[in-house]
Amino acid sequence: MRGILAAAGYIPYRRLQRSAIRDVMGSGGGKGTRSVASFDEDTTTMAVEAARNLGPLNARPGSLWFSTAEPAYLDKTNANAIHTALRLDEDVAAMDVGGAIRSGVGALKAALEGNGTILVVSSDMRTGLPTSADESQGGDGAAAALIGDGDVIAEYLGGASATREFLERWRTPGSTRSRTWEDRFGESMYAPLAEQAWNAALKAADVTEVDVLCVAGMHARSVGRVAKRLGTASTIDLSQTVGDTGTAQAMLQLASALETAEPNQIVALVSLADGADVLVFRTKTKATPKRCVEAQVSEAADIPYSRFLSWRGMVTPEPPNRPEPARVSAPAAERGSDWKFGFVDDDRPLADTQGTIVTFTVDRLAYSPSPPIVFAIVDFDGGGRFPMELTDVDPDSLKVGDRVEMTFRKLSTADGIHNYFWKAMPVR
Amino acid sequence: MSRGIKDKVAIVASSCTPFGEHWDRGTDDLLQQAAREALDQTTATPEAFWLGTAQSGMSGITLARPLGLEDKPVTRVENYCASGSEALRNAAYAVASGAYDVAMAIGVEKVKDSGYQGLNAFPIPGDGTGRTLTAAAMFSLVIPAYANRYGVSSDDMREALAHIASKNHANGAKNPRAQFRREMSTDQIKASPKVAGSLGVLDCAGVADGAAAAIVVRAEDATKYTDKPLYIKALSFVAGSGSGLTDPSYDYTHFPEVESSAKDAYAQAGVTDPRTAFAMAEVHDCFTPTELVLMEDLGFSERGTAYKEVLAGAFDLQGDLPINPDGGLKSFGHPVGATGLRMLFECWLQLRGEAPAERQITTNSPGRTLAMTQNLGGYPGEMVSFISIVGTQLA
Repeated sequence: MRGILAAAGYIPYRRLQRSAIRDVMGSGGGKGTRSVASFDEDTTTMAVEAARNLGPLNARPGSLWFSTAEPAYLDKTNANAIHTALRLDEDVAAMDVGGAIRSGVGALKAALEGNGTILVVSSDMRTGLPTSADESQGGDGAAAALIGDGDVIAEYLGGASATREFLERWRTPGSTRSRTWEDRFGESMYAPLAEQAWNAALKAADVTEVDVLCVAGMHARSVGRVAKRLGTASTIDLSQTVGDTGTAQAMLQLASALETAEPNQIVALVSLADGADVLVFRTKTKATPKRCVEAQVSEAADIPYSRFLSWRGMVTPEPPNRPEPARVSAPAAERGSDWKFGFVDDDRPLADTQGTIVTFTVDRLAYSPSPPIVFAIVDFDGGGRFPMELTDVDPDSLKVGDRVEMTFRKLSTADGIHNYFWKAMPVR
Repeated sequence: MSRGIKDKVAIVASSCTPFGEHWDRGTDDLLQQAAREALDQTTATPEAFWLGTAQSGMSGITLARPLGLEDKPVTRVENYCASGSEALRNAAYAVASGAYDVAMAIGVEKVKDSGYQGLNAFPIPGDGTGRTLTAAAMFSLVIPAYANRYGVSSDDMREALAHIASKNHANGAKNPRAQFRREMSTDQIKASPKVAGSLGVLDCAGVADGAAAAIVVRAEDATKYTDKPLYIKALSFVAGSGSGLTDPSYDYTHFPEVESSAKDAYAQAGVTDPRTAFAMAEVHDCFTPTELVLMEDLGFSERGTAYKEVLAGAFDLQGDLPINPDGGLKSFGHPVGATGLRMLFECWLQLRGEAPAERQITTNSPGRTLAMTQNLGGYPGEMVSFISIVGTQLA
């Protein structure tokens, strides 16, 4: 039996109230919130966190496939950093699946219809110009699924796709914004493609009724229409809390569905991105990730719109008058990769160890992409101490003795080189 | 522990440029001035040179070029903020070994050409996982740690730290070479904008350009060159292993490297009661909590009591043990490579009775002929510490 062995999502801690956009700009925004990756997160770090949320893997992956529309690097494979942060063996292949929104569901489908055990991870950060629909309706997040044979939590029953060339949404490399054609044109394309793929998928899966429906896609109008038309008992909708997380959205919704669906239910995933892809599953047991999507949706803290804009490079506040960090040395990073990426000290995985804050300080002078730096001396459970930067933290509520856990982050970027390492954050 | 070179080497000249933002003067100018002012004090002609600088130049040529030295051994040394002291230590050892009769130690830093605030370490290629905090942030960790351990209220803690800064400003105001010559009330200091943790801008040392120098000779030759030499009683140096950063037992209320170097220095000099042995001490007050903790690490105060003695004025200019009578790093300024030799310069002035009258200490008496310099580099948990003890009398 082939299907999903484990699934999990990752939603960053920060939220932007969509109404805050209108408060500042006079237009744009809307209701609800969107998720916001912190200044020290990118699609690679969020992918690591999604895969870590799977918990201990019950089958060893032969490959890691990473998809995103917002890669931290081109040319260089981003999956390698994820691979090493997850402490996968060297004989596990790591590959990126390129740039389009559809690559997320595409990698998932290819894994389900392929062989062997495959760790599929997708991550995305969505940005648009201030007041745009992409800015307010987009979201940041990641999802991971371990695909393979045997003791699955959801059996893959079958799926289908429909493809046609049409220009609905596009972005040229390097651009910070996506462009879209008139809304109704996309709707006229997606509706029939979805119906075509849906009918073929139900036939392939040999089912007539669906219990849980996930419809993913950046084209909100089509997503709404298709969800309504296929109307089933239960749908997974993150649009008012997280927003649309691009390449990660399909798998994030699926992960959420598998956490809540009862055993022996039919779950259908519909993705609308340059065509339609429909995947149909039968649940066996509920997914039990380290942190479920629902908890991550609810445990969040707002940031002001101004900070969102500065994190996205839309506005640039004056930095402290201090030198920016130097670039990382490639050989030094490679020699120390167990430490730098895996956070392993003397065979001990500190990445998986919680700690306690011994003392902390707020450095208002040091360089940071988002000052000030909150820094703590952390004593790890079971022994050992390390001075660490804190993240996703409110320094005013921080206390000596607070508990922290580790998270994979990007410290800085210099000469186009991202400096990845671990930070501590409050246990939530 | 070391054997030391007590009474084998004497200081026969000591100089120091004004410290400050010398936009109009470069490293060469500062070195030339410090060297010239030292050479003008004596007929001793240095045969070998040690230059301490953290990052204002590489190799002995940094000194040989501006001084026009030909065919001389010139060595550049670096040991964080104790680089100037390291130059003195090496020059003294060179004379004590018999290799040279006369040597110069000189230190310089041209900090203000960087264009950045504070001090900035030269980046060494690495894996990017090293700590990137400022020194201010690292030393700010001492404040809550000390207060918690000894049950000091945050108001008392704040007042004691402000007293240290205010005292050093008052001393610096009487020093024509100092960077900051304005007295500051404790209220002004407490109200200064925060830099890191509860450390305000006025808790931090001045960042300055400057140079300082000393000439050392064999002790037996000293009176040929000056009628009032200072004899080196102790030179100790400890480089920590950096283990404090990862040692769960380290609590940020003391600096083990300083305690260790003090023990060594006191043994070399035969000091048994540090509180009464010295006429004065220059200590490394890079931040106010540093000076507070040093009073205990150096044995001047019992553990957990220094803040009370600070508040009682024990370390003021007219206290029973004047600390940083020249204003210290706080108000004299901190040109990294020059600071250790600047400290020695104040000992030179004070023990010889040549300090300006308004800041001349009155603690030097027949019973108190010694002075100390304590110069550190690095951060709590990862530190180097130097101590020198000098005196007016041969044993």
